Amino acid sequence: MSTIARTLPVQTGRTGKTGKRHYGTHIFLIVMAAIWLVPLVWSLYTALRSKEDTDKYGYFSIGGTFSFDNFIQAWNQGGFSKYFLNSVLITVPTVLLTLLFASMMAFAVSRVSWKFNITLLIMFTAGNLLPPQVLAAPLFEMFKHVSLPYAVSDSGNLLNTYIAVIIVDTAFQIGFCTFVLSNYMKALPDDLTEAAMVDGAGIWRQYWSIILPLCRPALAALGTLQVIFIYNDFFWPLLFIQSGDRLPITTAINNLQGQFLSNYNLIAAGAMITLIPTLLIYLVLQRQFVAGLTLGASKG
Amino acid sequence: MSTTAEKPASQNGGPPDDGSRKAASRAGEQVPGRTRTKSRKVRRLSRRDKIVLGVMVGLPTLIQLLFVWLPTLFSIGLSFTRWNGLDVADIKQAGLDNYEFISQNYPPFWPAIQHNVLWLAFLALIATPLGLLLAVLLDQKIRGSKIYQSIFFTPVMLSLALIGIIWQLFYNRDSGLLNFLLGTAGTPQAVDWFGDSNVNIWAAMIAATWRHAGYVMILYLAGLKGVDPSLREAAAIDGANAVQTFFRVVFPAMRPVNIVIVVITIIESLRAFDIVYVINRGTNGLELLSALVIQNLIGEGQVIGVGSALAVVLLVISLVPIVFYLIRTFGKEKEA
Repeated sequence: MSTIARTLPVQTGRTGKTGKRHYGTHIFLIVMAAIWLVPLVWSLYTALRSKEDTDKYGYFSIGGTFSFDNFIQAWNQGGFSKYFLNSVLITVPTVLLTLLFASMMAFAVSRVSWKFNITLLIMFTAGNLLPPQVLAAPLFEMFKHVSLPYAVSDSGNLLNTYIAVIIVDTAFQIGFCTFVLSNYMKALPDDLTEAAMVDGAGIWRQYWSIILPLCRPALAALGTLQVIFIYNDFFWPLLFIQSGDRLPITTAINNLQGQFLSNYNLIAAGAMITLIPTLLIYLVLQRQFVAGLTLGASKG
Repeated sequence: MSTTAEKPASQNGGPPDDGSRKAASRAGEQVPGRTRTKSRKVRRLSRRDKIVLGVMVGLPTLIQLLFVWLPTLFSIGLSFTRWNGLDVADIKQAGLDNYEFISQNYPPFWPAIQHNVLWLAFLALIATPLGLLLAVLLDQKIRGSKIYQSIFFTPVMLSLALIGIIWQLFYNRDSGLLNFLLGTAGTPQAVDWFGDSNVNIWAAMIAATWRHAGYVMILYLAGLKGVDPSLREAAAIDGANAVQTFFRVVFPAMRPVNIVIVVITIIESLRAFDIVYVINRGTNGLELLSALVIQNLIGEGQVIGVGSALAVVLLVISLVPIVFYLIRTFGKEKEA
């Protein structure tokens, strides 16, 4: 009732109708929201109960005690600290390299006019849209046939190294970031760099000290988005990394199912642990993440 | 088209604009008067600038060519060869043999094509409209809109691999919630939702919808905010009801977002891989093109030629939405 009362004076004209319609809308949204939360809540619920209790009362029951024991056991038994470290070692360099290369490229295609501007931009954008599986075989073979000294890589080639994952993730993400950043940079007034040029500033200074600081909102949004993308990347580590203990967490959880031997309470706890970093980023940087997603989409 | 142009500009209203004004005024102090008249002329770049620019363009382009486009060409090349992946000298010409093999003697191929089409249809007819519906409902001034948005958006943050595991816990035959709710848990009628090859593709698509609808919702929410409110008012004055206003005025006005959504929906259905790989590596009812490519590349029986031929099929199909998107996006700019 109070919603209607409050909206009445504001929305003149269609008030009566909207007030009535909102009840149905709320019922629909509440049902949908409940359905949406069920898988997560079920996982969390399973994770909080001990195996003994669920064996005794069944999984679909309310008996027994609740604790974080499964989380602790999963963390220690599953080697999560190792996998999280691997994720950081892959995600941080990838995101920094992607933003650096993409912003350089975006600057060149949007702020300096020359012949192959659009051609390059098309190539970059198209590259990002390819299914990764299309490039899997040649990349795998290329990396296998690059000889590295054993001091650098114990496989003697680029396979089983973080470098392989970082390079390919970067190459794949540059396209999207270049596209978004070049649109952003195009919208900055021309006078900015022209004035700096008169001032005697070279290309690098125009890029690094004038354009890049102005792109901070876009960079923050893209950075957040990329951290989530790379953290969530399952495929490239699966393809390139053979040693289980070098996998990042997203790829490693696939192996946990076998490791925890259908102890669903432990698997659920493991899934919930994997979710924590994303959830933290979501809570802190939700606006940045959404901005990053929509920045790329609003251009059509 | 103009939405992005507006976005950065409006964000510049804050601190960045300060910087631009500072930069402009700094230059203005040193060369008074001359900036305005000369600003439109193309300035010659110095030698040093050319080198810097060359590196700025060259480095990303090299990475892109070397790790995206060169492998794509290699994939096409390898699809016409027979190779076990060991010695480069062992690569043998095979003509169209691999394509003949996958289309005639490779049982999972046609099911995979069907599943990919089904996946696309499911996303396009169910997940995407659901996301649009949620966006339209949440775009109204409705109580708790932000909370609903957060709930629907949460799965978008998760990897499809993790989604596979979370839904596995929900779908499990003996311990999953679904069978308890259906009352079949523990009975012989209990369905193993991810294991039974008659139903697992549907179960997997529902799990994928869980993520896709939230993604579509957030994009459309941004799109709806960009629609000029005067359009709705004009439609209301003309006597259009809410449904007519939406389908005849608002929806067509969101054209740029619609194109992105179409492309994302098609690309996502071709890229679907993680979730089926986590469930059962893309076998037994969950064959998808992307999963077949990988099955032929890793594991004991490495058949690079067959894997590459499958990859090329995937590539050719993906080129349809990619080219469509590129023409829509860059067509106008090239003319200009």
